[in-house]
Amino acid sequence: MAGRRTYRRTVPLNDTPRPVSLVRVGHLARLRVQQRARGGGHVTTATPRHALFVRLTHWLAVVAFLALLLSGLELVISHPRFYWGEVGNVNTTPLFSIPVPSSRATVPTGYKFVLPDQNGWSRYLHFEAAWLLVFTGAVYVALGLRRRHFQRNLVPSRDALSWQALRASIGEHLRLAASAFADASSYNALQRLSYLGVVFLIFPLMIVTGLALAPAFNAVCPWVVNALGGRQSARTLHFITTMVLVGFLVVHVAMIVLAGFRSRVMAMVTGKAETRS
Amino acid sequence: MNNLTRRGFLAGGVVAAGAALGAALNALGHRFGLVPPDAGGVFGPGETLAYASHRIFGRHALAREFPPSMISAKPFANEIDPPTAAFKRHQAANFATWRLTVEGLVARPQSLSIAELRAMERRSQITEVTCEEGWSYVAEWSGTPLSAVLNAAGVRPEAKYLVYYSSDPEWYESIDIDEAMHPQTLLAWGMNGGELPVPFGGPLRLRVPRQLGYKSVKFLERLVLTDDLDAFPDKGSSDLKYGYAWYAGV
Repeated sequence: MAGRRTYRRTVPLNDTPRPVSLVRVGHLARLRVQQRARGGGHVTTATPRHALFVRLTHWLAVVAFLALLLSGLELVISHPRFYWGEVGNVNTTPLFSIPVPSSRATVPTGYKFVLPDQNGWSRYLHFEAAWLLVFTGAVYVALGLRRRHFQRNLVPSRDALSWQALRASIGEHLRLAASAFADASSYNALQRLSYLGVVFLIFPLMIVTGLALAPAFNAVCPWVVNALGGRQSARTLHFITTMVLVGFLVVHVAMIVLAGFRSRVMAMVTGKAETRS
Repeated sequence: MNNLTRRGFLAGGVVAAGAALGAALNALGHRFGLVPPDAGGVFGPGETLAYASHRIFGRHALAREFPPSMISAKPFANEIDPPTAAFKRHQAANFATWRLTVEGLVARPQSLSIAELRAMERRSQITEVTCEEGWSYVAEWSGTPLSAVLNAAGVRPEAKYLVYYSSDPEWYESIDIDEAMHPQTLLAWGMNGGELPVPFGGPLRLRVPRQLGYKSVKFLERLVLTDDLDAFPDKGSSDLKYGYAWYAGV
């Protein structure tokens, strides 16, 4: 390992383009320290990456989302059937069912056992986490607008939005090409579009469909649940939107692992991105 | 003043201001009935935010009512409790001796038969039963507005809550006085044009359409007005015992 390693692409050593296990991340970190100790490495400089409010709201959203997901999936177990329209129950035909056992004996699941009822704490946790997420989201959007975070960091440039550029970027991502993950100091157009979509489309839909499940909210704003097609439609949309968010989470984490788990997570913790020169 | 004492002074000021703000909010919340009885504990903030916002923005809001065409052809009764021997005797006698009692903080305690309730003010409403599990159905409920019975009993001004009991000893619930006096909170003895069937809570069920189904207690036989839920087991809510939130407007 003497001398400088040469790279075909401009990929930092700690940002390997291949899938990385945590063991491998640790190995690479050790490698870099050894390399630096011998004076053989690059100069690593920390450049500002994520603003404090972005980091704080990001991790609060992580906590709230995981709590909502855990409790939400637990709540689904008590009636893993989904309907369309205003009403639906075990006497009516579902739009679709989730093939899991239920925590209620009245639900026909095909399983011969009934899971314990966990809805009490799940409901409490779900609504507390929902408030946390709503407040966190409100702070994020307010500060993001005030500090032009969305215009500066998330709205893609006109060039990047061209059909050719987008197609090339999609191709890079599908091939898991290193160039798709190389830039530690900015976001590419696909990232920007998915973050904007999650912030301004998916999460608002999540909140609205969730509110439409509260009978007292529906008494105050009946037009919301009516516009969604009824109570059961709102519940089904709440579930489908959850699955979209789970899909986002899986891709988001996979991309971070591919881009360099340690460096990307540390950037969201410390606010500094390590760039090498 | 050196830096250390100034910092200490500022920190102390912030803490004191925060404590004062918290105390003021707590006093205001209790003064205007914005704090639910289960506000203590780790889930208190979420529950209080939901209850307070519903009481601020929708204290008198009406639950959605539906056209007759939307009445569910296949409602789900969710029969979960085997009836007691006493209930079976009432059922055999066609509930002729069933009585609803009203006691606690009232000027004139009441004991009303189903026939006497039917002779009072009537209301029919097509509303949805929404179970916390996720399912629902729409039915036409006919009955006596709870407010009519409470007005006949003369609720004392200090009464803040209603605790109400099923003949099933495992099911009792409590609501605040605003929910109790709400025009759609109904002592239902009829469903879809007929008598209220036993599987759906007959002979008498309290329908609370702005809250989830577990607040709509079946086989209703006793109402108690109170200013202190702590005097009752589980704050007057059997579902609280199983970990369910006291306020079920969600």
